[in-house]
Amino acid sequence: MPSARRFPRWSPGSGARQVCDVVIELDCRGLPCPRPVIELAKLFPDVPVGEVVAVASDDPAARYDVPAWCRMRGQDYVGEEPAEDGVPRYLVRKGATADAASPP
Amino acid sequence: MGPPDRYFFRVVDGGYLDTASSEPLHPAAREAMLAALDQGYADPRRLHTPARHARLILDNAREAVAEALGVRRDEVSFTSSGTEAVHRGLLGLLPQGATVAHSAVEHSAVLHALSWRPDLTVRSLPVDASGRVDPDALGDYDVLALQDANHEVGTVQPAVGAGVVFRDAAASMGRTPLREGWSVAAGSAHKWGGPAGVGVLLVRKGVAWRNPFPADDRVDERVSGFENVPAALGAAAALQAVVAERDDVNARQHALVDRIRAAVAAIPDAEVVGDPVVRLPHLVTFSFLYVDGEAVVDALNRRGFAVASGSACTASTLEPSHVLAAMGALTHGNVRVSLTRDTTEDEVDAFCAALPEVVAGIRREAGL
Repeated sequence: MPSARRFPRWSPGSGARQVCDVVIELDCRGLPCPRPVIELAKLFPDVPVGEVVAVASDDPAARYDVPAWCRMRGQDYVGEEPAEDGVPRYLVRKGATADAASPP
Repeated sequence: MGPPDRYFFRVVDGGYLDTASSEPLHPAAREAMLAALDQGYADPRRLHTPARHARLILDNAREAVAEALGVRRDEVSFTSSGTEAVHRGLLGLLPQGATVAHSAVEHSAVLHALSWRPDLTVRSLPVDASGRVDPDALGDYDVLALQDANHEVGTVQPAVGAGVVFRDAAASMGRTPLREGWSVAAGSAHKWGGPAGVGVLLVRKGVAWRNPFPADDRVDERVSGFENVPAALGAAAALQAVVAERDDVNARQHALVDRIRAAVAAIPDAEVVGDPVVRLPHLVTFSFLYVDGEAVVDALNRRGFAVASGSACTASTLEPSHVLAAMGALTHGNVRVSLTRDTTEDEVDAFCAALPEVVAGIRREAGL
């Protein structure tokens, strides 16, 4: 595993450009596809219903795969916004169906 | 299937499932080419007897392609690849400053040809979740570039009305009749069981098409370079055979693909992509959540199955498939399966048995 690879972490959401209240930022910078979606799925059982997770990812596939994950798992894809460093953040709101949110 | 063999590649009968990339040579092509290799070496432009042999073979190949496709002989040109047929065919239709509309899911050969011409106004037409353009929302254009069927997901594009239409038929030529209404169309012989290095360019009589590249003094003024006479004959012979066999082969392949679609749908967090019915008979694409595309191709290969993937990690550009992206489909964990003309039910069942094990193994390694 490359030493430069970074691992996702939780952090409180911040920044003035937010399109909605982000509670959790999932830092997936530097992680190749499909890791951002895997990390999102692993995190999701711990996310309260109604909260928004921002998946920060510079992987070009995340732009399509985070919305596709939401569609397939019955979650609400809110949209995309840039993080302060310019990396896109893909916003996912946890839906009411708790079952649909747990990873397989 | 036995236990996974992690250390050796094995060749499994029927394991080649990537004919949408390249179909194995049809026996009819092999036979025709072997004869033509000995008979068709001379320059078909010369006047001596060996040249006339070569010219006759080339004319026969053109005639056979025309007959198989239901077009005029003088509408058929042989190019040095399917990509060249697309480039020549499309660019030759485009006057300076033309407006071109194309589906968002066209082959990269179409997109590269258009981006090569900075004078054009180019408009990409969105597709629905099955990968199909809306024929009532094409807008204004001088030329419409619309594939007959999609090379990654198999969805057949709709019929379109009047106007100048470039039809990329590379994924479908021979397998299904040409869609009506083409002005120029392009195909690729190795996609139907002919040899690589032969494209077919069709320019409908009366269409305003001009050679977009430097001219050459060959048999056919639409193309350039010394004709590959044996390969052209092989392409033609394979096309004739595929057209003759297609009622039976298509029905069998269509049913086998239905089997694969059902097997994939039974795997958790899987998505089968493309139109389930109005599609190419031999091809199906699907994606698995949490699965790395390269890993699934590799794991299937270790079990003797050769498949393609549109996932970013399998592409030279490291970008996900623009086709899957335009459809809003999952781009990672993607697999494209395309059957040979003689893939059997048992072979498909072996693949369908291996697939859930492979996917579960990769997900386990990812910690899910």
